[in-house]
Amino acid sequence: MTTTASTTIHPTAHPTARDAAGRPFRQVHLAAHFPGVNNTSVWSDGKAESQIAFSSFRHFAQNAERGKFDFLFLAEGLRLREQKGLIHDLDVVGRPNTLAILAGIAAVTEHIGLVGTLSSTFNEPYELARQLASLDLLSGGRAGWNIVTTSDAFHGENFRRGAFLDPKDRYVRAEEFVAVARALWDGWAPGAPAANKKTGEFLSADALTAVDHHGAQFDVSGFGTLPRSPQGHPVIVQAGDSADGRDFASANAEVIFSLHSEFEDGQRFFRDVKGRLPAVGRHPDSLKILPAATFILGDTAAEARERSREVALLQVSPQTAISFLEQLWGTDLGGYDPDGPLPEIDPVLADKGVARGRVRHVVDPVAVAKTWRGIAEAEGLSIRDLVIRFAAKHTFVGTPVQVAEQINRHVQEEASDGFVIVGHTNPTGLDEFVDRVIPELQERGVYRTEYEPGATLRDTLGLTP
Amino acid sequence: MTSPLYLGIALDGAGWHPSAWREPDARPADLFHLDYWVALVRAAEAAGIDLVTIEDSFGLQSTGFGGIDPRRDEVRGRLDALLLATAIAPHTSTIGLIPTITTTHTEPFHVATGVQTLDFVSDGRAGWRVQVSGRAHEAAHVGRRTLPALDPALVARGTDPAQTALLEDLFGEARDTVEVARRLWDSWEDDAVIRDVETGRFVDRDKLHYIDFVGDRFTVKGPSITPRPPQGQPLVYALAHQKVPYELAVAGADIVGITPHDDAHLVAILGQLDTAAQDVSRGADEPLRVWTEISVLIGETADAALATLDRLNATHGEPWTSDTVILADTAEAVAAQLLHWHSLGIDGVRLRPARLPDDLTAITERVVPLLRAAGVLDRPIGAATLRARLGFGRPESRYASPTAPAARATAAADSEADPAADSTVELDLTGSIR
Repeated sequence: MTTTASTTIHPTAHPTARDAAGRPFRQVHLAAHFPGVNNTSVWSDGKAESQIAFSSFRHFAQNAERGKFDFLFLAEGLRLREQKGLIHDLDVVGRPNTLAILAGIAAVTEHIGLVGTLSSTFNEPYELARQLASLDLLSGGRAGWNIVTTSDAFHGENFRRGAFLDPKDRYVRAEEFVAVARALWDGWAPGAPAANKKTGEFLSADALTAVDHHGAQFDVSGFGTLPRSPQGHPVIVQAGDSADGRDFASANAEVIFSLHSEFEDGQRFFRDVKGRLPAVGRHPDSLKILPAATFILGDTAAEARERSREVALLQVSPQTAISFLEQLWGTDLGGYDPDGPLPEIDPVLADKGVARGRVRHVVDPVAVAKTWRGIAEAEGLSIRDLVIRFAAKHTFVGTPVQVAEQINRHVQEEASDGFVIVGHTNPTGLDEFVDRVIPELQERGVYRTEYEPGATLRDTLGLTP
Repeated sequence: MTSPLYLGIALDGAGWHPSAWREPDARPADLFHLDYWVALVRAAEAAGIDLVTIEDSFGLQSTGFGGIDPRRDEVRGRLDALLLATAIAPHTSTIGLIPTITTTHTEPFHVATGVQTLDFVSDGRAGWRVQVSGRAHEAAHVGRRTLPALDPALVARGTDPAQTALLEDLFGEARDTVEVARRLWDSWEDDAVIRDVETGRFVDRDKLHYIDFVGDRFTVKGPSITPRPPQGQPLVYALAHQKVPYELAVAGADIVGITPHDDAHLVAILGQLDTAAQDVSRGADEPLRVWTEISVLIGETADAALATLDRLNATHGEPWTSDTVILADTAEAVAAQLLHWHSLGIDGVRLRPARLPDDLTAITERVVPLLRAAGVLDRPIGAATLRARLGFGRPESRYASPTAPAARATAAADSEADPAADSTVELDLTGSIR
């Protein structure tokens, strides 16, 4: 992929850079995605270090902070993925407890935001609100919460209430969850505790307001246990893409972690979501849209393309290619040659799906399979080639200048406010991005060169007016 | 060689005396800042203290069990202890970190992975002080069940069937939670990650195990989302005061904290633990270790310590009471009490400083040297984990297949290399103390 954006942007070397109309350039916001438990994370090339040792998290976070990223992002899965009734063994497996690892990372960083994915279904608001407030206090105001609403029985088997939630109530519960959490976060008056040794008042009168919530999902009465945290409310992040999800985001979220990283698609999503904000009394800048993006760098565009192919082959091993296809076909395809053509049989429809523990919705597998066969035949693709095309497509491939210009184009032309950058090597996958792409963005005056002293995550994201 | 006496410091707020926060050196405005806690834990670590515990509860502190009290002259509010301990971990290097985590309203799965993660972040220094939440106002924070008010006096007498049932229910749930956590900690064998390029497999799924826990209160399928932590099994500490909690300790804890008021009481408690050991099957790998707990206020002289206690009590408006002995005395007297317990076969002591930092400073600067001189603070050289430091081996996963001799040989070598292992006084589960 080469850039088409170089003519629309006028790079200059200072942060007050303005466009042709004299407006300041829109600023790029970046998040660093800790390598996940899917095939994007390459483990087979000898470069990947432990997925769980704290040294990996320390390196990842400190590198992202060196690159002045807005925040680092951790996904969460509350059960190991399964395929064909067995634990999926082809990808990286094993993650820490999200809140605890963020508390550990808070101790080894100073500025970068700490955003964790946490379920509104398999948590209770009193406890989670308290944990997030603790994280915000421990980190000096850098906590963020990516709300997910998973409610299936598969994950429920690890939790007290099992599969108690009707899927259509996922966002009902999430809305009510956030409302209760916000009430708890507001429960201590600003300035409390007084801790006045002289008068003996640890808490002044009226320092605490009780929460007394009774709704369809929760009954929560009592006092929160923590002073107002530096941000008051941790930053709310949301990733769901359904109509309900978008409504929820426009009402509650401050960052959307989106899947719309293609330029035109990104612009459509950007317009759709930002267009919902005035109706709920919000300014467009109060919600940042950050699509996920992978990247491959090279000294030349050709070298980057070559590296992209090499990485893709690592991301889609022969076994992964078959496994990926089985998720659509709904049946065992172990007899097929990954370097051969796609199966001629149709997907099995009766099966509820062979893969569990990850999000992948396919409405009509037979039609999709037909499309895939068509693509494969037209372009002469093997099973593995086709899977690479779908599961290992890299968003930005080029020289550092090209990648920076593509990112900047998305931001200036309102296809996003920035990106959640996903590396493919744990924990060093973003080192090269920080070394080579970040300076290009800074050169263009569209990305910070330092954090603001004492800035909270909300400040860093430019969410505060 | 003299057998060791292990030392823990129980950190809570500005100290355990309700008026401690008003002392000149107290930092009550900093209780919700990481720096405050790091300074305390580092001071303990520098003195060679084995571990710190961090108090917590599922709601605001309150003097009684009946509900939130109206007092505004005591410290109220706490950071989440697990997250606080995990943030302290990178700032420290040898001391054990044992947060209090309640079992009554929390998710066993989250509790287990949280402690596992603390063990990773601290490189094997994690523990968990198990606590139930029996207060009605804490149940109202979740709203899923209503608890009758727990009355400690009635519970202690054991004559009220409703109170006994409540206690058994709360501690039964705690036992289940510990059992689930221990199974989850073992649910990944140590060598589950294989990174086998040939077959494309990152893990050997045969070394990941469903725990299939089914209890009255919850079921948990497993395996953990988190690999087996550095210690294999982080340490479980249970403070216990009577039969039902003693049974929890025997069933699931590595260390039980007891609160004897005198030697006769100590002997009686050890007898109750023996009885519990006969009634309950043990779910931990090694014999239960017995620690005593004591609250200390240390002065230059005994009179000075008592005068300080009187002053603090006057500020508070009533005498400070505790489930432990409150010893307001000299460093020499505190050391003598600890060595006396050591001579009776006690493995360790969790000290509750009346004032922070004053009594922590007195412990580290004046009590610890006396104990060191007595030869009870020698620790195994190169003990990298909290378990090793305290004389525990590294247990093999309960799910490990018997055809893994390499892993077992390593575990055995670890415990053999530990000079403290043989000399540790242990509560023998056949029913006697040795």
